[in-house]
Amino acid sequence: MTVILEVDNISVSFGSLRAVRDVSLQVRAGERLTILGTNGAGKSTLFNLISGDIAPTRGSIRWQGQPIHGLPAPARTRLGMSRSYQTSRVLHGLSVADNMYLAVQGVQRGRFGFRVPGADHPFRQAARQTLAQVGLQGVDDELASNLSHGEQRQLEIAMALASQPQMLLLDEPAAGLSPSERPELVALLRSLPRDVTIILIEHDMDVALQVADRVLVMHEGEIVFQGTPAETAASPLVRSLYLGYTGDEDEA
Amino acid sequence: MKPFLLSMLNGITLAALYFIVASGFTIIFGMMRVVNMAHGSLYLLGAYIGYSVADSSGSWLMGLAGAAIGTAVAGLLLHRVFLSRYQGQDLRQALITIGLSIIIADLLLAGYGGLTYQLDIPDALYGGVRLPVAGGYPIFRLALIGFAILVYLALWLLMHRTRFGMIIRAAVDDRHMLAATGINVPLFSTAVFALAASLVGIAGVIGGSALSIAPGDDVHYLLSSLVVVIVGGMGNIKGAAIGALLIGLAEQLGLAYFPTYSAIISFAIMVAVLAYRPYGLFGRPA
Repeated sequence: MTVILEVDNISVSFGSLRAVRDVSLQVRAGERLTILGTNGAGKSTLFNLISGDIAPTRGSIRWQGQPIHGLPAPARTRLGMSRSYQTSRVLHGLSVADNMYLAVQGVQRGRFGFRVPGADHPFRQAARQTLAQVGLQGVDDELASNLSHGEQRQLEIAMALASQPQMLLLDEPAAGLSPSERPELVALLRSLPRDVTIILIEHDMDVALQVADRVLVMHEGEIVFQGTPAETAASPLVRSLYLGYTGDEDEA
Repeated sequence: MKPFLLSMLNGITLAALYFIVASGFTIIFGMMRVVNMAHGSLYLLGAYIGYSVADSSGSWLMGLAGAAIGTAVAGLLLHRVFLSRYQGQDLRQALITIGLSIIIADLLLAGYGGLTYQLDIPDALYGGVRLPVAGGYPIFRLALIGFAILVYLALWLLMHRTRFGMIIRAAVDDRHMLAATGINVPLFSTAVFALAASLVGIAGVIGGSALSIAPGDDVHYLLSSLVVVIVGGMGNIKGAAIGALLIGLAEQLGLAYFPTYSAIISFAIMVAVLAYRPYGLFGRPA
């Protein structure tokens, strides 16, 4: 598989804090990559660097071979990179249909119509199909703020998918979901076609390991482990970082 | 009864002017979280441009159009050259706009001197009308209410019936999420800034026709806009309308019945609103 994203020695500092330190990684087209790490490990900051929400202090990012670290976030979205945020960030004052319409419209080039389009507009139809894909139907006219937390998460993923991205960056999509909603999320992520590459930040190990082909673990701004889900689950280092012990003590 | 009615009418017409001035201010804050301290200077700039164009062309409407275009261009440049690179840096943007407001006010003082000007009112709106109980009242001051309603309706249609308005409402909710959809938020921010500047330019011509144009108006209208949007809720058009009504009525009724304390009544309302509703009557957390 071809490499779609290359991050090369990227770092960012906030004052004296080096939030991400010389991180390098490659992501292949169609891959499901999960990034694990405790709070403050630098996972979301790495996402923000990839999506263009913040600029790196040094290092480079290449998308399909082209440098993109100087591009703003909307330009990266139009290149085929779409993201969700750690806390639910749907547009609360707009209806579900309008949230989706903007997500479809955002990546379209050309004439910008003045009037709000009707329900039969092609963008609206595409939006409805994507909502159905994530299992969110019959709520088009609801204000996004009226949706449950789980539904807002679904809407967020639908908005990210609406731009027909080549890569999805999902920042803790299971955060705030009930135990019964998590398997539905896993099923949804696993059902996405392989022409969409997914990078996932997740605290829930079950969700993370069920979706991933490959796992990276970050700690204090650095990548400290890479492996398959099985290798990750068996890793003393990962257990140590997550649980504060390696498991060996139990056997002693 | 008559003095009370006259004070109410004066309050409502002043509120209409305050609303037109403050509507642009509140849109800018809502979309960009910029407290544009040069808003009063843009009001004064619009008033002077309108006066000059109307004076040379002999047409009040030309003056209105000239002010709208002139201040839109000024707003566009102000945002593009000075503010867009500092998006999210509230203090820096506030300081920049304070500096620019001083420069603009001084340039206008150098250009127009310290004299007081007034635009000639169009013939159709000239003169007075006899109202029941209240008696004679200037038509143009009544027309202010019509202008404010027109501005309110136009803004409502823009916000709720156009894609441009949909994007503004989305930006009020969450600029980052909007940018994540691929929409060019900085470009829209510049357009909104120009629109808001144009609105306050129009307000300058209307205010300069109903009242007068003089150095110091910039500070007066900046302060009134601040009070109106703080009371009504930052970033909310309906809030600006209700805030303007409260402040306009408070100022005029205060002048009529408590002249000694009239200056503090508006600020007392602002303090009371901030104490019990920190985001204003219709505002919500940013």
